Amino acid sequence: MAVLLTKKTKIIVQGITGKEGSFHTEQMLAYKTNVVGGVTPGKGGQKSEHGLPIFNCVQDAKEATGANATVIFVPPAFAADAIMEAVTAKIELIVVITEGIPVSDMAKVIGFVRNSQSVMIGPNCPGIITPGVGKIGIMPAFIHKPGKIGIVSRSGTLTYEAVAQLTEQGLGQSTAIGIGGDPIIGLPHLAAVKLLAEDPATEGIVMIGEIGGTAEEEAAEYIKKHVKKPVVGFIAGQTAPPGRRMGHAGAIISGGAGTAASKMAAMKKAGIFVCESPAEIGITMKRALDKLKAKNKPAAKASKQGSSKKPAVKKAAAKKPVKKKK
Amino acid sequence: MKIHEYQAKEILRKYGIITPKGFVIDRPEEASEIYRNLGKSVAVVKAQIHAGGRGKGGGVKLARSADEAQAHARSILGMNLITHQTGPEGQKVLKVLIEEGMDIKHEYYVGITLDRRSSKPVIMASTEGGMEIEVVAEKSPEKIITETIEPTLGLQRWQASRLAYAIGLEGDYNKQAVKMFMGLWNVYDKEDASLIEINPLITTGDGRVLPLDCKLDLDDNGTYRHPEHPALRDTTEEDPLEVEASKSKLNYVRLDGEVGCMVNGAGLAMGTMDIIKYYGSFPANFLDVGGGANPETVTNGFKIILSDPNVKGIFVNIFGGIVRCDRIANGIVEAAKNVSINVPLVVRLAGTNAKEAKDILLKSGIKMQVADTLADGAQKMVNAIRK
Repeated sequence: MAVLLTKKTKIIVQGITGKEGSFHTEQMLAYKTNVVGGVTPGKGGQKSEHGLPIFNCVQDAKEATGANATVIFVPPAFAADAIMEAVTAKIELIVVITEGIPVSDMAKVIGFVRNSQSVMIGPNCPGIITPGVGKIGIMPAFIHKPGKIGIVSRSGTLTYEAVAQLTEQGLGQSTAIGIGGDPIIGLPHLAAVKLLAEDPATEGIVMIGEIGGTAEEEAAEYIKKHVKKPVVGFIAGQTAPPGRRMGHAGAIISGGAGTAASKMAAMKKAGIFVCESPAEIGITMKRALDKLKAKNKPAAKASKQGSSKKPAVKKAAAKKPVKKKK
Repeated sequence: MKIHEYQAKEILRKYGIITPKGFVIDRPEEASEIYRNLGKSVAVVKAQIHAGGRGKGGGVKLARSADEAQAHARSILGMNLITHQTGPEGQKVLKVLIEEGMDIKHEYYVGITLDRRSSKPVIMASTEGGMEIEVVAEKSPEKIITETIEPTLGLQRWQASRLAYAIGLEGDYNKQAVKMFMGLWNVYDKEDASLIEINPLITTGDGRVLPLDCKLDLDDNGTYRHPEHPALRDTTEEDPLEVEASKSKLNYVRLDGEVGCMVNGAGLAMGTMDIIKYYGSFPANFLDVGGGANPETVTNGFKIILSDPNVKGIFVNIFGGIVRCDRIANGIVEAAKNVSINVPLVVRLAGTNAKEAKDILLKSGIKMQVADTLADGAQKMVNAIRK
C-alpha cells in the first residue's frame, strides 16, 4: 500500500503534446506508470507520440479511459483553467507541475478545489512517486526504492537528495510527495503528513520544509498530538535573509514570520528529529528507526545488532564524527 | 517586485482613488516650480526609495517656501539614505516626490495581502497609523481588525464599511473610506499585487480621507498579463549582480558570505547554503541554475559568482535527475575553460551517471576537488578556503 498513487491509479496528462508534457509522459511510461491518455484541446482523436489516445477535454478522457488522476503540464496562463476542468470532471488526484501561476489565480481556484472531492498536489512541484508502482511528475525514478518511509517536501532537488540518502541507508520509500514551493498549494504539509501517518505501509516520515508561511508549524502541531511514527525534519533557508524571495514564490520571510528558526523550534517541540544539516536526513531516520526497533524488541536486540545491520551502522559511524562541530 | 511610492499612487489614481497632489522629479531645480504649482503653504519632499523608514532617516522633509523645497530636494537627491530596511550600506536617492502638505487630523493603517493559512486575501485596518504593522501585531494585536476576502467574490461593501467603523471612521469619513477600500481591492486583484499598504491613511481637517503613503508589491508571476509592469522596475534599487543574473535568467540572491554556491533547485540551493554555514563558513549567494544546468547557465553562473569580490571559493552542487550528470560535468568543464576560476572549486554531482561525471571532471585537468556527498563537498569547500 501507499498513499494517493497506488496500483489503481490511472493517469491522464493535461498538456501531453507540449514539450515538457510529452517528455515526462515518456519518463512516466518508462517507469511503468499507468498513463492511459492525454488532453490537448484541438487534438482529440489523435494519438500521442507514445501511442496514447488524445482527447479534447478531461471529461472525454475520463469517460473513455476511466482515468482517476491527472498531471498538469500546461503553461501558467492556462493552469488555473486546467485545474478547474479536472475538478469539474471529478478527477480524484490532480498533480500540478506548472511553475509560475499567478497567486491571484490560485487564490480563486483553491476554494473550488477544497470544496470538491479532488486532492490537488502542487502547483510548482515535482509530483508524487510510489516506488515500484509509478510516478506522476518529473522526479528521477531510479534514485527511489520501494520501502516504508514516506516523504513530504516543498522542494524538488532537495527531496531527491533526501531520497538518495535514505536509499543509501537501505531505507526505501512508501510514497514521496513533492507538495510544491508556492504560497498557495493544494496539499499542505499537514494534510500530506496526515495521509502518511495513517498509511499502514509507512513506518517513518521525512518532512522537508522551507522558510515562509506557517505550514510546517501547523504540521508539527498535528504530529505532536497524533503521530506515533518517527518523523525526521529539515528546514531549508536557515541562512536566508528576511524579505528576499529564495527561488520559490513561497520561500520568503515576511514581517519576521516564517523563519527557519521558528519552524525548527516548533518541530523540535513536537518531538520531530530535526536535522541542522541537509546531509543528515537519511542517517537520522536510520537511527530513529533502529532506536525504535531496539525499544520494541528488547530481547531480539543483541542478536540483531550483531548480524544483519552491520554495514549500514558502520557507514553511519564512519560519517558521523567528521561533522560534529557547527 | 517592489515599486516606488509615486508609481503606486499613479496606479491608485487609475482605479479612482484620490491621492494627495504631487510630482516626482530627479533634478532639484525643478522643485521650486512644483512648490508653486501645488499652491499650498506647505509641501512635503519625499525620497523615493523602496525601503521603509524614510522619515527617520532624513528622507522626508517639510518645505514652507519654494526655496526651502529646492534646498530639501537638493539635500535629499543623491543622498545615501540609511533606514532600518536598507541595511547599513543605505540606498542612493535618485528621485523625490513633492506633494502638497496635508492638515492631518488622524493617522490610520490599511493593507491587503495574502493570508497563507487560509489561502485567501485579507484586508487589515488599524488605528495605529504610521507604525509598522508587524510591531502593532506583536504588541497589540487586538488593534488590528481584519476581514477575509472571498477571492472569487471580492471585497464586499459591508466588509469595507465594518472595517472603517471599527477604526472609528464615521459619517462622511466612512463613506470615503469604503470607496477607497473597494478601490484598493480592485488594485490588488486587477494588478496582481501581493501587498498593498496605506500607512498612514489620513483624515484631514477639511474632511477628506487620503492615502498619505503607499507601498505596493506586484506578483512577478502575474507580469505576463501586465505588459506595463516591467517598466516599473527600478534596477538601481537592486544589487548590480542580481540585475546581471536576472538578464541571464538566473535566480540569484547576493549574501555577504564567502562561499559562492551554484545549485539546481531552490530548496537544494537553500540547503547548500545552510550546510556551508553548518561547517563554519557562510554562503556568498543563493543561486539556482534550474533543472537544465547546461554549459551556458553554468558559465553565466560562474561569471556572476566570480564578480563578487567576497567570494573565496565556489561550491557546485548539482543533483542530476532527468538531466544526466555526465552532461552537466561536460558543461562545467566547458564553462570552467571559458571563465578563469581563480578560487578553490569543489564540485559535487549526484544522480544519473554520477560516476561517469566524476571521471570527466577528474580527467579535465581543471583544478578542482570532486566530492561524493553533500557533506563531503561542503567540508572540502570550507577546508579549502580555511587554508
